[in-house]
Amino acid sequence: MNAFWIILTGALVATSCGLLGTFLILRKMAMVGDAISHAVLPGIVIAYLLSESRDVLPMLIGAAALGVLTTFMIEFLYQKARLQIDASIGITFTWLFAMGIILISLYAGQVDLDQDCVLYGEIAYVPLDLWITESGRSMGPRPVWILGGVLLLILLLIIVGYRGLKITTFNPEYAAAVGISTVFWHYLLMSAVSVTTVVAFESVGAILVVAFLIVPPATAYLLTEKLQQMLLLTVGLGLLTAVSGYYLAVWIDGSVAGAMAVTSGVFLLLAVLFSPSTGVLTQRFRSRYPLRVTETGK
Amino acid sequence: MSDFFTFSDPNVRLVTAGTILLGMSAAIVGTFTFLRKRALVGDAIAHAILPGVCLSFIITGEKHPVYLLVGAVLAGWVSLLVMDYLSSRTKLSTDTAIGAVLSVFFGAGILLLTSIQHSSSANQAGLDQFLFGKAAAMTRQDIWVFSGVAVVLLGLVLAFFRSFKLISFDPAFAKSIGLPVRRLEFLLSTITVLAVATGIQAVGVVLMAALLITPAAAARFWTDRIQVMVLLAAAFGLLSGLFGSWISYTAPSMPTGPWIVVLLSLIAVVSVVVAPQRGIWARLRLQRGNARKIRQENILKAFYGIGEAADAPVATVTVEALRQQRPFEDRALELGLWELARKGLLHRHGAGTYALTPTGLRESRRVVRLHRLWELYLTERMNYAADHVHNTAEAIEHVITPEVEAALLKELDHPILDPHDAVIPYQNPPKPSAS
Repeated sequence: MNAFWIILTGALVATSCGLLGTFLILRKMAMVGDAISHAVLPGIVIAYLLSESRDVLPMLIGAAALGVLTTFMIEFLYQKARLQIDASIGITFTWLFAMGIILISLYAGQVDLDQDCVLYGEIAYVPLDLWITESGRSMGPRPVWILGGVLLLILLLIIVGYRGLKITTFNPEYAAAVGISTVFWHYLLMSAVSVTTVVAFESVGAILVVAFLIVPPATAYLLTEKLQQMLLLTVGLGLLTAVSGYYLAVWIDGSVAGAMAVTSGVFLLLAVLFSPSTGVLTQRFRSRYPLRVTETGK
Repeated sequence: MSDFFTFSDPNVRLVTAGTILLGMSAAIVGTFTFLRKRALVGDAIAHAILPGVCLSFIITGEKHPVYLLVGAVLAGWVSLLVMDYLSSRTKLSTDTAIGAVLSVFFGAGILLLTSIQHSSSANQAGLDQFLFGKAAAMTRQDIWVFSGVAVVLLGLVLAFFRSFKLISFDPAFAKSIGLPVRRLEFLLSTITVLAVATGIQAVGVVLMAALLITPAAAARFWTDRIQVMVLLAAAFGLLSGLFGSWISYTAPSMPTGPWIVVLLSLIAVVSVVVAPQRGIWARLRLQRGNARKIRQENILKAFYGIGEAADAPVATVTVEALRQQRPFEDRALELGLWELARKGLLHRHGAGTYALTPTGLRESRRVVRLHRLWELYLTERMNYAADHVHNTAEAIEHVITPEVEAALLKELDHPILDPHDAVIPYQNPPKPSAS
């Protein structure tokens, strides 16, 4: 039963992150996603301190605020201070992450977070964190419910906002011309990324969030050119990654989050080599054995 | 505070020396990383080093800093190659390639690290210090290795300074003058990997990118010269290393690495705001000064235009008349009139009426002269049609320096009329030539 809950948690994180990550990598903002997933740390700590609990709502608000702040700081350094974009991203997230670590050390007694957990979480503890109702009935692990709720929100965002997200991703000039605000969708996507990061933080840590945000969508991107197919493929790959990663972790006796990141990388490698359209080996094979047009039809 | 800065405690000496060494060498190497716009590549290398460290421990069974360093450098190199391959040979964009390599390699590192920990090998404790750095727990052996690496790094940067500078700014030019660009890039990348592999011991994986590029980014705001930039970056690395160690000495629960990064970020923010010329404040002031100058000069021109039409240069003019002469914005006109009156270029005669003072008249003549000279220059020398030159002259009249004015006068031989047959106003009108 524990295996089921752990894999389900991984799959939920994979689906939420993958759906958002698809838009991130198409917008060439993969590293902004990486930055946000690190920079929400002080938001989490502050929310802990202010609410003195692990309630979900203050954490989500803190995270969304920090996500928007991160985006804003990057834009400020890039546009107002005219610093190059890579340095703007690098300075912003390291600074915020360092502040988060300092806050954790300052309030070590009051904040139920430790440094390792921040990086790679502890998905193995998920089945222990049960949601017990007031009548004493166990509803299963709490994180699964929260992650499920966030996944529903993200699905809602993508289904309702599909047109806006798609147009602002592929053709921002056209979007502006027909009156769709690129700024609105930009910040909405960034808030969604920060909320997802925070919810996934406790169970899988920053690293798996980044891996799931970037690697399955990148793999899907090598396999297809169509947005809808890419979204579906990403979800499928995320599920495969969660299952195979879990068993890899059991086999090696190591971190489940780490193992899931590794298996996502294995799928990416396979796509680089064997993608039907762009695979390196596929292309080499084709150039060596070109398809001959047979004339038997005549 | 004095306890710390006497450096009488050998442990303080050790830790401080270590963080300063690491901070400075990372900052110096990072200057080139920054200039080649590879800040996030540095971040990815830092993450990718972890599996190398773990594998090296699994193979040798020891935590000797040299063995770990070798594993780290190899893993860093592999990650660089993979990133290059993904971004050049597949359709993935560079940042996607960086993010994918970063997370997968780091995931592998975490997997190996936890696996080692679970196997409860007795001397594995401390490997996880690579995650968050171990500035406060450095040993004498560590310091010797770091010093060695720092000396090698510095020596290489000094020896290849000119070449590194060229391939950072203009690789195409470097190639055209026969430099072995690929081999130099290989060398520079190796140096970067080395700096990262040692630096993460001070601040840890996640914050390593800051040690590499934040000092360089801050230094960039103060200078355009790479020599100065390298020195400044090194100084910032030194300062933050020193005060980071001091903070965690006075408050032992405070982690050194994150404090170094926060201090570096503060230096960067201060630089971004107050640095002369490139800083935000200086640029805002310059913009404001320009806006003020243009506002005032346009008002003076309006005065001159009214005076010229009425043939009464210093006549009293109403605000209404100014508005008819030129469509001013209300606030800009009000503000400009106030500024000009304060500078003594205008006289205020009762509510809403003004006249030029002698200084104001001279200044208004100067602006109109520049405008008309430029119009004449465009029609005479650039073959513009006379009805196409006004707008360009409107913009350029505010930026023509006395030197350019002298050159124009010489080029056009002190002309009397502009293309629209208006008189060009001189301070001392030239006498019409005898012929």
